[in-house]
Amino acid sequence: MNRFLAPLACLALATSLLAACKGGNESATPSGPTATSTTPGAAPVAVQITGAGATFIYPLLSKWSDTYHTQTGHKINYQSIGSGGGIAQIKAGTVDFGSSDKPLDSAELAASGLGQFPDAIGGVVPVVNLQGIGPGKLRLDGAVLADIYLGRITTWNDPKLVALNPGVALPTGKINVVHRSDGSGTTFNFVNYLSKVSPDWKAKVGEGTSVDWPTGIGGKGNEGVAAYVRQIPGSIGYVELAYALQNKMSYGAMQNAAGKWVLPNAASFQAAASSADWAHAKDFAIVITNAPGADAWPITATNFILMYKHPKDPARSKAALDFFKWALENGQTQAKELDYVPLPPELAKQVEAYWASEFK
Amino acid sequence: MNASVIPWRGAAGRDTRDLRADRRFRWLVTGAGMLVLAILLAAALSIAWGGREAFHQFGLGFLWSKTWDPVGQQFGAWVPIYGTLVTAFVAMVIAVPVSFGIAMFLTEIAPKPLRAPIGIAIELLAGIPSIIYGMWGLFVLVPQLSEHVYPWIDAHLGQLPLVGPLFAGPPLGLGMLTAGLVLAIMIVPFIASVMREVFLTVPTRLKESAYALGSTRWEVVWDVVLPSTRSAVIGGIFLGLGRALGETMAVTFVLGNAHELTASLLMPGNSIAATIANEFAEADSPMYRSSLVALGFVLFLVTFVVLAAARLMLRRLAKREGR
Repeated sequence: MNRFLAPLACLALATSLLAACKGGNESATPSGPTATSTTPGAAPVAVQITGAGATFIYPLLSKWSDTYHTQTGHKINYQSIGSGGGIAQIKAGTVDFGSSDKPLDSAELAASGLGQFPDAIGGVVPVVNLQGIGPGKLRLDGAVLADIYLGRITTWNDPKLVALNPGVALPTGKINVVHRSDGSGTTFNFVNYLSKVSPDWKAKVGEGTSVDWPTGIGGKGNEGVAAYVRQIPGSIGYVELAYALQNKMSYGAMQNAAGKWVLPNAASFQAAASSADWAHAKDFAIVITNAPGADAWPITATNFILMYKHPKDPARSKAALDFFKWALENGQTQAKELDYVPLPPELAKQVEAYWASEFK
Repeated sequence: MNASVIPWRGAAGRDTRDLRADRRFRWLVTGAGMLVLAILLAAALSIAWGGREAFHQFGLGFLWSKTWDPVGQQFGAWVPIYGTLVTAFVAMVIAVPVSFGIAMFLTEIAPKPLRAPIGIAIELLAGIPSIIYGMWGLFVLVPQLSEHVYPWIDAHLGQLPLVGPLFAGPPLGLGMLTAGLVLAIMIVPFIASVMREVFLTVPTRLKESAYALGSTRWEVVWDVVLPSTRSAVIGGIFLGLGRALGETMAVTFVLGNAHELTASLLMPGNSIAATIANEFAEADSPMYRSSLVALGFVLFLVTFVVLAAARLMLRRLAKREGR
């Protein structure tokens, strides 16, 4: 060790020790309020609710919890660790609610005593980097999108693409496919849609939060995919709408199940959510991609909240449910501001009925 | 009379006390030493235990299977192993000569007032978090490479016989060469500062004698300084290699993260650490999670084998030098 590094190391050690002491104090505080909250007959005190799960919902949940905190004093502590992590944490009982972009089926929910309901809607959009082709100008349908991601359509002037885009000057170059490298609910909804519209995709690749991609490069997170697509000319990727809008990326128009060309926006996402058959889906366990509605965006995604029906700590669980009730009734304007789509009114009613019957 | 007895008895008391203290001290430091072994063993065992399902299911084939299919639940480690070794190798090819040049410049050529600032700058580079290197790589280096450097490499080096396939490919900017480049920048500070430290330990007498015999600076460094510090220099190089093998964040950003095996360095690949970082959070089935832990065990083995090879090399060298 030389003269310069030694004092630096001492300094680093000292600061980390300090931080450790501070961290110790902080981690001790959360147990305080929760302990008092369970005391019967106590005056209304701030409750600390913890949740974990999908990154998709994180911006909205933090906005909601901020407003909720100022209005009620209750605090919501959400860890955006991914849907898989959220499911694991709620099953282990370490959090009050979990959140997932992929619905669990009724059997799995029943096995662990969980209930499930949707809280917000978003959508996945194909984004491209093609010079001179603006947002919504490139037309894609499910079969062509699947063939691009299968590595069968490799150039932008492929006859199938030309047939879909009469009058659009498509470049001659190679298509560079970009996908997510990490497991994600965005990927789940995207490949779920491809599986529904392309038998070949279903047979060769299938669906999941991460899959064995036949071609392309992987970017970490929505921001990673957005960065790659913006940097590599002739590339195509898929991100959540908010990322496409914030990065001013060129997204494609899609042909939906009803055969109509639609653009990704709040109206087409809501159309998809409204046309899905929620009433017959037990525990809301359906994926609303390729929805039948005339104006439905084909790759619409739902985020789900998972909670115990008979929790160990009913007071905290009740507080969490109150929060989601508040969000359903008062949080929808904020959802719109952040490019999320509120639940359609009829679905909101079904969710409230579900709460009343399942979480007693 | 008493006076002669007391010091003697006192001395005996001191002796036994010393003996006891010495023994206790000995146990203490032995314990500290053994603790390192125990921790290493416990870590290896717990990682192996976590990956038992994957090893049980796929056997040794896990090591050389190219499939990584989370949907079909088929996992193999060969693509990440290959990517890890290739990126680390590329990094070493670039970093070792550069570090040697830096150390030589700082100890032999740089004017005195320049030495301290450059030395400090190198150590500061070692302290930059790897995610910063990753972001810099993605947002600054990748566009430059894909626009200006890789098209040239593809057009000129890609056509050569034998090594051609290594450098042919679309200029994406992301890939194993880029990852190796970023890794090289990250490990240069480590290797260079070790080299500089050991070069400074070479007695001035030796160097001055060589200069007096009419040696050039290159000859002094290559024939006098390097041979007398060889084992420490190799130690520094392997310190850098160890870091390159396990680096996660920076590699994840620029490697392209594709589970594909390609000869070309310009194409995206995957590394062990990057795969784990990317996929662990959403690994939803027990077999998937187990395979990722098993991958961690493989990284453990790879590092162990590489370091063991380094030890062996050092011993060979020492023997040849007759020590």
